[in-house]
Amino acid sequence: MFSRRLFLKSSAVAMFGAGAAPAWLSRALYAADAPSPRKKILVAIFQRGAMDGLNVVVPHGEKAYYALRPNLAIPRPDGTPDSVIDLDGFFGLHPSLAPLKPIYDAGQLGIVQAVGSPDPTRSHFDAQDFMESGTPGEKTTSDGWLNRALVEERKPSPVRAVSLGPELPHALRGHNEAVAIDSLNSFKVGDARGASAFEAMYGDTHDQVLKGTGREAFDAVKRVQAVEKSPYTPAGGAKYPNGKLGQNLMQIARLIKANVGLEVAFTDVTGWDHHVNEVGAKPTVGQLANLLNDFGQSLAAFYTDLGDRMADVSVVTMSEFGRTAKENGTRGTDHGHANVMFAMGGGIKGGKVYGDWPGMEREQLYESRDLNLTTDFRDVLGELVVRHLGNRQIASVFPGYSQPKFRDLIG
Amino acid sequence: MNSGMRKTFLLGAVLCSASLLPAEKGDPSPKPDYSRFEKKLSKDQRILHALDRLAFGPRPGDVTAVKKMGLNKWIDLQLHPEQIPESPELSRRLQPLESLRMTQADTVAEYPPPQLIRAVAFGKQPMPEDPVARAAVEREVEKFDTQRHVPDDQPLEPKIPLSQLLTPEQIRILRSGSVDARRALLASLDPSTIDDFVIALPANLRNQLLPSASPELRRKLMLANNPQQVVAADLAEGKLYRAIYSNRQLEEVLTDFWYNHFNVDLNKGSDRFLVPTYERDSIRPFVLGKFRELLEATATSPAMLFYLDNYQSVAPQQPNPKNPKARQSTRGLNENYARELMELHTLGVDGGYTQQDIIEVARCFTGWTIKAPKDGGGFTFNGRTHDKGEKHVLGVTIPAGGGMEDGEMVLDILARHPSTARHISRELAQRFVADDPPPMLIERMAKTFAESGGDIRAVLETMIASPEFFSQGAFRSKIKTPFEMIVSAVRASGASVEYAMPLANQLSTWGEPLYRKVEPTGYSNAGSEWVNSSALLDRMNFGMQLGQNRVQGLQLDPKKFSPSPATTAREILFTNASSQTLEAIDKTLREQKKKDQQKKKNPHQAANPGLIAGLVIGSPDFQRR
Repeated sequence: MFSRRLFLKSSAVAMFGAGAAPAWLSRALYAADAPSPRKKILVAIFQRGAMDGLNVVVPHGEKAYYALRPNLAIPRPDGTPDSVIDLDGFFGLHPSLAPLKPIYDAGQLGIVQAVGSPDPTRSHFDAQDFMESGTPGEKTTSDGWLNRALVEERKPSPVRAVSLGPELPHALRGHNEAVAIDSLNSFKVGDARGASAFEAMYGDTHDQVLKGTGREAFDAVKRVQAVEKSPYTPAGGAKYPNGKLGQNLMQIARLIKANVGLEVAFTDVTGWDHHVNEVGAKPTVGQLANLLNDFGQSLAAFYTDLGDRMADVSVVTMSEFGRTAKENGTRGTDHGHANVMFAMGGGIKGGKVYGDWPGMEREQLYESRDLNLTTDFRDVLGELVVRHLGNRQIASVFPGYSQPKFRDLIG
Repeated sequence: MNSGMRKTFLLGAVLCSASLLPAEKGDPSPKPDYSRFEKKLSKDQRILHALDRLAFGPRPGDVTAVKKMGLNKWIDLQLHPEQIPESPELSRRLQPLESLRMTQADTVAEYPPPQLIRAVAFGKQPMPEDPVARAAVEREVEKFDTQRHVPDDQPLEPKIPLSQLLTPEQIRILRSGSVDARRALLASLDPSTIDDFVIALPANLRNQLLPSASPELRRKLMLANNPQQVVAADLAEGKLYRAIYSNRQLEEVLTDFWYNHFNVDLNKGSDRFLVPTYERDSIRPFVLGKFRELLEATATSPAMLFYLDNYQSVAPQQPNPKNPKARQSTRGLNENYARELMELHTLGVDGGYTQQDIIEVARCFTGWTIKAPKDGGGFTFNGRTHDKGEKHVLGVTIPAGGGMEDGEMVLDILARHPSTARHISRELAQRFVADDPPPMLIERMAKTFAESGGDIRAVLETMIASPEFFSQGAFRSKIKTPFEMIVSAVRASGASVEYAMPLANQLSTWGEPLYRKVEPTGYSNAGSEWVNSSALLDRMNFGMQLGQNRVQGLQLDPKKFSPSPATTAREILFTNASSQTLEAIDKTLREQKKKDQQKKKNPHQAANPGLIAGLVIGSPDFQRR
């Protein structure tokens, strides 16, 4: 059972000071006695633009990394603020991800290196699409893996699948109900007369596309507005950054805590395409550092805010492909191949960097230029779908991928 | 990406039954049914369809005007916009938007970005001439010089404090008065002290006054806060005014299409001041011309060179020309432009190129760069950073020793490649005909593209003359994008727009911020991409606000609409509303009347034409074109 391990792990969190309090420790104990009827929740974060995974979870024990990146490499861990934060003697976190270190140490953050899509494309658009459809190389897949990950239910919650943002991403499209919510606050028809008239219009229209989406919208509005009525203060003193990612995660946390029936949530964060000046005057400044700063703080705030509720939640991050092993001619990196993924949650066997390291010597690189793939992204997502969400129909969630090799992130 | 197939498939699945969705890869996809593209439209439908596709939707009177002129004549004129006199309504609104007419160098000087303000502080750049801009720059320079921290919302010791310019009562109105009271006060200010007034205002108050100010004063207010904000606002307002008011509607639709095809993000560094000339000089003049010229214009535009990083891409192992004494330069090749040039601008992602082609094309474009700002910041070819070795692009050998002609040869190869003809034809057909355009139509357009040497006007003529264009399969098949929705709603309602930024702000929250698509893909041409719960609610809310004249910056007299729902719906939809929509409106009005009677209100108030108009604009009937 998760509970006992969560309790042990949570004690570790308390020691590291990531927002633990005796009150919730006792609640966690209580949870261990009474199996929770609550559903498991999977939160997927897409980092669009192809994050430079090699500068995020840095292979500081790899000589070639420093040889290939004379201007961009993050210095080996030496305890100074602009050096790698060591994790296991070989890999380490970018210094701007410091807020994630206590969660890693508490055993609730796992990392997979050299992971990605086996499809060779270096097109952002195609690669994102493949990762969202869950079918690399297959362009005609209309629905997304996260939608297929939902199990059939007779009376599903209208907000079981939510994307925070103005658009519904490919990952959430499909025959299960899924809604895009830009913000909980504005998710309604402001004028009461309009609300009832539009509900009738969209409910009765012969326009099947608008009818379906309209019905989903009005069902979801009722559920969301019930949540929105009461003011929200993040728990445990969690401070979400003001950026979009932080605010979106806060709203996801809010829906989770309101028990509205959320099962899968999606949000994305753009701007990772650093062809030029990826790293500033020192590693903790510049474009990549700014994004990582926001990313780390957002995830850590979410973790603190949910407290013991993290037992039900897994967060997984992905980016369409990695970037060239070697820096380019403009203090940046070009489109590459394998990347890094994070998995965070009560059920995650964290505190470990998973995956086989392919090495960075020329003959070890993919097409002699990019980090090679040793884990398929579907191994990671598939494991979360099966072992976290409890959906065993892996062949329907990832068609054509019948024999996944789980990394045992969840045990 | 083959999103069209994906979309139809999705649509098909929704229409039939959810169980049709494939559980396993390898399930046969339902064969797309294109038979509806063989069914013709009625005469009235053709006119409405033309106005929905070749324009941003009809305005009051447009249908009648096209009928009178003849549809073919109207289309022919739209294909030759230079023959259409431009609307004075548009000219009046564009007139104050000065940055749209400036050279790049003047834009930088008048609306300096932070790095230029630094240059001014070092005496490398002259002060802007405009007194308000000058005050803004002086403030920044002073901050920079003294390293003092002065919050942005405080003026730096204005020469004349606000209390000397206005009475306490006037200051109270400024701070907390209604929009109308503020408007009256601002209009009454002495023009000779207006600059002092703007400089003396705190920054947050300047922002609050924007909707109440005249266009001229608005510019001064923005200029005083952040000179660059003016450039972004001019662009967004200009685009909206043109889409709403221009008589040359097809030219506007195409400018939108081609800008999106050759997308550049306004928020990326120097593109903040490069985008106005990019759209004006590199896109707009070519939207109906030869594709090769459009390609050239974008390839040599500083905006694109900056956006896709090519300006920094140099031959590997070349000394840095700016610092020849430095030991081996670390600068080198950057693949970004080469990749997107083939994937997005020309061949398409399945157009048949390899990673090696990308590297070779990147080598051909080394040296295509941007002049220093002091030299005007335009395009230049730098032979010293150009890779002079031999290259092989898509099977063609580009001999060693070449210069700028290497890149030109690449553009030639790409522009006349059959994959480009198909890719461009498909994109146009997806924008103008259907999310999943029939392959026969694309082939016909691609043939014209190839035979005419990439003549965009000829390709469009083929498209419009094809039976698929005026067909049941195309008619009202496309969901409007947020931009199309807002522009068509304003046009249909006949509202007068005096300040377009509130509309631009709406578009940002709807997920389509103007000129600010971060990714080079641009926004999707497929309407179905824009259908989701949040988007529908946004559209309903906007409809209600517009119908009842509650959108800032817009003037609409709701009383101009009829109290009869059927009549008002016809005025806005230019065709009959669906019975479901009319029934829902009738029911709402009946309930309203009942409530009013209970409250003993005047029954005339219940017949609220603005409410009816709002419900029609937010209805399913108005979401398609």
